[in-house]
Amino acid sequence: MGNILEIKNVTKRYPGVVALDKVSFSVKEGEVHALVGENGAGKSTLIKAITGAITPDEGEIIYLGKKYTELNPILSSEIGIEAIYQEFNLAPELTVEENIYMGTKVNKGIFIDKKKLTDSTLEILKSLNTDIRPGTRIKDLTVAYMQLVEISKALAKNVKLLIMDEPTAPLTENEVDVLFKLVRKLKEKGVSIIYISHRMDEIFELSDTITVMRDGEVIKTVPAKDITKNQLIYDMVGRELTETYPVREVECGEKILEIKDLCGPSNQKTSFCVHKGEIVGLAGLVGAGRTEIARLIIGADKKFSGEIFIKGKKVEIHSPKDAIEQGIAYVSEDRKNQGVLLKMSIRWNITLPILKRLSHFLFIDRKKENACVEKYKDALHIKTPSINQLVGNLSGGNQQKVAVAKWLASESKVLILDEPTRGIDVGAKQEIYELINQLTKEGLGILMISSEMEEIMGMSDRMLVMAEGKVVGELSKEEFSQDKIMRYASNITA
Amino acid sequence: MSRVKSFIKQYFVLVILLFLIILFGILSPDSFLTMSNMFTIVRQSSIMGIATIGLLFVMVAGGIDLSLSSVISLQSVLVAVLLTSFGWGLFQAYVFGLCVTTLIGTLTGAVIVKTGIFPMIGTLAMQIILQGVAYLICGGMPVSNLPSEAKIIGQGYVGPVPWPVIVFVIVIIIAAVTLNRTYIGRHFYAIGSNEEAARLSGINTAKLKITTYAIGGFLSGLAGIIMLARISSGQPTAGKNYEMDCLTAAVIGGVSLTGGEGKISTAVCGVLIIGVLTNGMTILNVSEYYQLIIRGCIFLGAVCLDGIQKSLTGRKKAA
Repeated sequence: MGNILEIKNVTKRYPGVVALDKVSFSVKEGEVHALVGENGAGKSTLIKAITGAITPDEGEIIYLGKKYTELNPILSSEIGIEAIYQEFNLAPELTVEENIYMGTKVNKGIFIDKKKLTDSTLEILKSLNTDIRPGTRIKDLTVAYMQLVEISKALAKNVKLLIMDEPTAPLTENEVDVLFKLVRKLKEKGVSIIYISHRMDEIFELSDTITVMRDGEVIKTVPAKDITKNQLIYDMVGRELTETYPVREVECGEKILEIKDLCGPSNQKTSFCVHKGEIVGLAGLVGAGRTEIARLIIGADKKFSGEIFIKGKKVEIHSPKDAIEQGIAYVSEDRKNQGVLLKMSIRWNITLPILKRLSHFLFIDRKKENACVEKYKDALHIKTPSINQLVGNLSGGNQQKVAVAKWLASESKVLILDEPTRGIDVGAKQEIYELINQLTKEGLGILMISSEMEEIMGMSDRMLVMAEGKVVGELSKEEFSQDKIMRYASNITA
Repeated sequence: MSRVKSFIKQYFVLVILLFLIILFGILSPDSFLTMSNMFTIVRQSSIMGIATIGLLFVMVAGGIDLSLSSVISLQSVLVAVLLTSFGWGLFQAYVFGLCVTTLIGTLTGAVIVKTGIFPMIGTLAMQIILQGVAYLICGGMPVSNLPSEAKIIGQGYVGPVPWPVIVFVIVIIIAAVTLNRTYIGRHFYAIGSNEEAARLSGINTAKLKITTYAIGGFLSGLAGIIMLARISSGQPTAGKNYEMDCLTAAVIGGVSLTGGEGKISTAVCGVLIIGVLTNGMTILNVSEYYQLIIRGCIFLGAVCLDGIQKSLTGRKKAA
């Protein structure tokens, strides 16, 4: 068997990060090739380079013996590369057949050749052993069937290399079995498949070859039969802690935040607590429901059921406003869209949650406001010529400090930090860490969501691991190991 | 460089205003550049100006209000009918009318916020509905024979200053103080700038957005009362085309179509620009048809400028 795809020394840099560092990777004809790695290991970037969504800075892609220095989505589709993402790319109001042949011309003059459309759709669907009717509207299908339509769409375009990004994430167990059969069927047909998944069981069940990525590099490529689960996990996370985390004395006080059986659209019943002066890490993979649970706590999304206690007292939280009044603050992972107002000044941003408190009757007390902002600007070392500078003009690290500053100014008791160091440079990270530690000294309870393994292990006093919408494991500081966290996160209890 | 830019940006509207005054002054020195005509312009602009400031509140918080023209019309006939057919006193009729238009604004806002429809579409529907109501109130006929004291607020003077101008100035001052000095004003800007971030900062975004529409309704109602007094009869189409004029004035005056930006001072300049233009074109005997074309072009131009500015700053951020 020859290689259908060969990637040589592909490098992609983003400001401040090397997303792909001289990556070489090849896929044989008719194999299922699993691509594994932690969040941010570079899998998505690699996929984007293959589908032409991004252009690599260096390196070449050889596909069916032909060299490409860059691809674009149209070209890659023409040469038989298709990708199926977690988010489906279907028009819900159109029928199955219309979706499958969207973008492909099945015409008779200017009219659609309805018969040919139906016939060829049926042929594809039959080859996949499914019973969907071509005339069904997408919105009437279950998620599993929608995925099938996505796959059929790829087949209609004569796919030779199919990329599946976490295809089982939205599926139930039975549906997963159906998908596996389908994958094997595709393989028989000679389609090569790049299969991305966080779930170890699937990877070993389906794949012929496994490639492990970490920090934008390919760590190794091995036949699936030659590696064990434990070795694989070690390869994914296996590195020494390289950054140093400021040491601090932990003095845990009373329970400051406690949630009981909180449950919402993406979360099953979850309970946990945060103590005064404690940093609780919330680990898990993307899509495990960590941000979602935070949003339930602060009332940004509606909870189905569950109770929230502050210092042992039950509180009713129906909106972020209620949460702030109870002293719970949330620093969003999406800084630019939810954390700060980019078009507004530092002063406006920091005082936004407490403006009422800084006002006499309706009127803002400018002196008080300025004093408050200056205080937090200095305390957090926000680097700016003036507090009237627009936040959009600050660096990522300083923007994040502004996002945190506004919650310090509002004298919160519990601070939920969602990916607090995402997209900021190393120096600024260190400052944020020190700041977080400082806050615990002042008696805040901190719930920190982070996908960076080192960070969450370095900072947390206690760790909760989430998977599939609920907390599946709790680890004390002594028990921390990347191995254990990954096992819980990928829901392997063995 | 950036200082020059910010200077131009800051005084751009004022420059245009002066340019137009000079232009019309040269073209028609005898009738345009007279003291009495200047007062006429300011007086004529006042009604539109009051409604524009209402619109500014709505737009700053990220909405838009096309129903204001019908609110003006409705108010004009409603108050006229109350004063004539029902024989109400001036004060009662004014207060009742303002309550009605404020409620209408609240209702409009509530529909838009609670259903999440596009404000442009929602207020367009309201415009049509309210126009119908206005016709219904007066039976489609103008309402005349107003008591003479009802004309004061539109035609009277305090010393040399016309009443509408005084009302306009008071509205300007209160609006400026509200937007610049109170926390509620700050919250309006925050909502228009980034609604989700504002909500996560503990601002009751739904309530405040509805409030802006209520303010819009109140000020359009006030404009309607002055309009009634000025033309001495309640006209079911009194506010026709005002939504476009007000929107043009606001956008020329730097009020962002996407929310979060807008200053009273420049918006007032925008109002005066439209006032000067209307007055100047009328004095020069430009035909009604050409006037429409010119107004349309100016609106398009102002919107394009707003769009270009957005895409430029957007690109700068992306780079």
